[in-house]
Amino acid sequence: MTVSRFAQGWVLHALLSHWRRHPLQLLMLACGLIAATALWSGVQALNDQARNSYDQAAERFNSLAQTQLISRAGGDFSEQHYIDLRRMGWKVTPLLEGRLELPDSQSLRIIGLDPLTLTLPGVQSSRSLPGNFDLSRFLTPPGQLLVSQSTADSLKHLWENTQVAQLFISAQTGRLPDLQVNPELTDEEVITDIHLAQQLLQQPGKVTRLLLTANPPGPLPEAQQALLRLITAEDEADLTRLTQSFHLNLTALSLLAFVVGLLIVYSCINLAFEQRRPLRRILHSCGVSQRQLLGWLLAELLLLGVLAALPGLITGYLIASLLLPDLAASLRGLYGAQVSGSLTLQPAWWLSGVAMAAGGVLLAAILPLIRLMKPATTQPEDKSKRFPYVCSWLTLTGALLWLIALLLMQAGESLASGFLLLTSLLFGAALLMPACLNGLLKLAERSSRGPVSQWLWADARLQLPGLSLALMALLLALSTSIGVGGMVEGFRKTFSGWLDQRLAAEIYLRADNPQQAEAIEHWLADRDDVEIVLPSRRTEISLQGWPVELRGFKPHATYSDHWPLLSSLPSPWEQVAEQPALLINEQLARNLNLSPGDSIQLPAAEGDKTFIIAAIYSDYGNPKGQLMLSIERMLLHWPDAVAGSYALRVQPRKVDALMQALIEHFSLDTSNLFDQQAVKGYSTQLFERTFAATHALNLFILGVAAIALFSSLLMLSAMRLSQLAPVWACGISRRSLMLYELVKLLTLAMLTALLAIPLGLLLNLCLVKIINVRAFGWELPLYHFPGQWLWLLSLALIAALLAALIPLLRLYFSSPSDLLRSFSHDN
Amino acid sequence: MLTATGLCKTYNTPQGPLQVFSNLNLTLLQGESLALMGESGCGKSTLLQLLAGLEQADAGSIALAGQQLLLMSDHQRALFRRQHLGIVFQQLNLIPSLTAQDNLAFQARIAGKVDLDWMETLTQRLELNALTERYPHQLSGGQQQRVAIGRALALKPALILADEPTGSLDERTGDAVMQLFLELVRDSGASLLMVTHSARLADLLDRRLTLHNGQLQ
Repeated sequence: MTVSRFAQGWVLHALLSHWRRHPLQLLMLACGLIAATALWSGVQALNDQARNSYDQAAERFNSLAQTQLISRAGGDFSEQHYIDLRRMGWKVTPLLEGRLELPDSQSLRIIGLDPLTLTLPGVQSSRSLPGNFDLSRFLTPPGQLLVSQSTADSLKHLWENTQVAQLFISAQTGRLPDLQVNPELTDEEVITDIHLAQQLLQQPGKVTRLLLTANPPGPLPEAQQALLRLITAEDEADLTRLTQSFHLNLTALSLLAFVVGLLIVYSCINLAFEQRRPLRRILHSCGVSQRQLLGWLLAELLLLGVLAALPGLITGYLIASLLLPDLAASLRGLYGAQVSGSLTLQPAWWLSGVAMAAGGVLLAAILPLIRLMKPATTQPEDKSKRFPYVCSWLTLTGALLWLIALLLMQAGESLASGFLLLTSLLFGAALLMPACLNGLLKLAERSSRGPVSQWLWADARLQLPGLSLALMALLLALSTSIGVGGMVEGFRKTFSGWLDQRLAAEIYLRADNPQQAEAIEHWLADRDDVEIVLPSRRTEISLQGWPVELRGFKPHATYSDHWPLLSSLPSPWEQVAEQPALLINEQLARNLNLSPGDSIQLPAAEGDKTFIIAAIYSDYGNPKGQLMLSIERMLLHWPDAVAGSYALRVQPRKVDALMQALIEHFSLDTSNLFDQQAVKGYSTQLFERTFAATHALNLFILGVAAIALFSSLLMLSAMRLSQLAPVWACGISRRSLMLYELVKLLTLAMLTALLAIPLGLLLNLCLVKIINVRAFGWELPLYHFPGQWLWLLSLALIAALLAALIPLLRLYFSSPSDLLRSFSHDN
Repeated sequence: MLTATGLCKTYNTPQGPLQVFSNLNLTLLQGESLALMGESGCGKSTLLQLLAGLEQADAGSIALAGQQLLLMSDHQRALFRRQHLGIVFQQLNLIPSLTAQDNLAFQARIAGKVDLDWMETLTQRLELNALTERYPHQLSGGQQQRVAIGRALALKPALILADEPTGSLDERTGDAVMQLFLELVRDSGASLLMVTHSARLADLLDRRLTLHNGQLQ
């Protein structure tokens, strides 16, 4: 007979009473769950925020995922083409995009559009314009600017400066445009009517793109064919594709943090279930069936999961808010992607966070639940008895995972298989670690001479089952830190050296328009302080779906003496100067599987042109493919390539004076005139911000591992008394016992850290040689940083010391009666 | 050998101070065996723990092998215990991480008093030859207590303190272990103070005292 439904409430009451008696266990369980949920949901919030921003941009203006017409030369073109094409029945809508530089290094991304043609049937009208769009106010002077709240606030402040306000004032009404706040917009993004945009960007009669709102009625007319290029959605890589690797890296780290957090949860649930064996027997004998008990246990776990989800999500939100500015800056710097600076969280994010917490707690409880439901002894199971059996299984599974990793190393080609390889390596090593530590401690026990040292190592082995999970968490955290930290440091070292080589010219400048470019060229030609002017031109093409920048340069020793070439034909610079040959960046060469000596066909104005690959150069940080050829040859085949970029060789002591003169003559500012140091500074800053999230996540994972160690030690400390009491009775004082406990724990942490070093190096190797190549297209030289290992080793010892502090003090201050209680119940 | 004078012990409990005994006196001669009896909770084990230096008395003095136990620090008492006392409890006497052999020799080794012949004798007489490489969890209750007795004796201590050493065993096993224990204690020449509930076992010892209302009778 089973108990009634009403009486079952008492079953839950009995089960929950365990947590009342063991509040520390509950606290540790909550800590693990909160840490796991927070780190996972924090990174998901960041990724969602970024993806939403890309989607909003893409869906509003189909910036990259829409069939469109762009200038063959890149840049803007006359809106007359738009008028002509409309007259010929082409359903196109114009778009003008540009950046408006404002004082104090502020800038706005202006997007001008024509709402009448953008909302024609057939266009993705529902998401093309923000929800609170008002057509008449948008079109009627002084017009309307759709902006985020933060941009609206900045603009109001900026308009106090009359010079800035003048830029925005409508010629017809003499008034400033209305500001319409829209939460869907990212910061710095301004949507307005195309005519107001032309005024703001000082590009009257210009457009940057024509979006097709219906299939083209036929081939592009000849007049447009020469100037415009039709690109379809399939031809272009969108932001999602470019940034996929970036987000995948973050997701992988957050998943690792989630798993490390779950290890704490598992260890708490396992102990709680072991301690509740007698309760299970009593409940069973009182008429609670196995099924009912299982149901209540699941209900209890779900309740705990859901309760921990809320603080976990709040912590995740705080973490995401902390990391968002750096993430937004690096995405903007690397990919030109605009990500809103303030978090807007979707209900799906909250729900997925709760689901992850509840799912995580259930996942962590599977094994303890199975063990609890087995009709076994009533006493808590002695882990040390089960350990050899468990250890064999862990070792076997670990070996299997390493075998999978080996196979993936040989066979895998995709980025996903790369991450699977890393996962197999990491978790395989974690599973192999208990057997490894057991072996090392056995060796130490056998080689020790004194009885105390023999006991010390034997006792450390005894503690291993209880500490294995926490030590696995520590191994994962440390090896990830060594691997990822080594990769980042190696990247920093390579990047810094590469920047020094690549940025050989003293000054870089970019003209605002062709007229200014011509004037600057003439002006520079008359200057004695300029040793040489190295102009360059650029245009955008697409090769097998990859966005590629084609750059023309003037062959000169500045390039041939400094540029870092990875592989080349003999005399590559001479070949580029004299023949139809070009240089290709590493990522594009890898994507298209090209080597020096191979030929490549490029779409030129008069048809495809064939070039020989003379060399491959490293091009870190660039998500796009790049090809470099001589400027003369570029003008021959791409006459409309945009001019206006220059590298100037100047004697270092004359740099400041020349820059000042340029500023005075051409009103150039920091947005288009840089000295070498400024470019390096910006690049280095971008580098730091790109890896800020990685650094923070690494640190968080290490923190979670320390909590795991603390929680294990705290929960073991009660059990330890009965193991230490006989030694104390034999004449080892409590003070000595405390010191021995510390030595044992520090040794275990040290051994774990030592095992983490080769694992971290292996991880570093995989990141540098496999993941980076598959994710970004570049391979980095492998560097080792023993100083970093020492630092992490010390950090592991400090974490172990901190984790051990409270349990050790509890032992030291435990009264003799606590120890004596182990021997008899007579007290 | 052992002289305890004016011993007082009070525990603070949630219900108020609980006096276990006051002004308690006890003497034990060299080679003498003494059974300490009394009702459950009367303080027998507490007295034994005070004599072992595991607990600290509130007042009085304990002179053991010429040294004042109550004047020593916790660390000094541990060193003293290591050198001069053999203790056998009712349960959980063994170090779980060491084999039976290492358990047996542990205290003698840390005290630097290893007598290999004596150890061999103990192993044989306690019938532990086949069990030396086993860990505590691989031994039965009776086997565990035999190892615990061996460990207490291996040191050749001046005084053996035993708290119901066969209390957790069935009568037949308990009797066999006890017989062996007493034989070995006599052979070692040590004094013995044993807490027991059993009058039958108490009869096997030289003398018997009962703790009642905090006084020995």
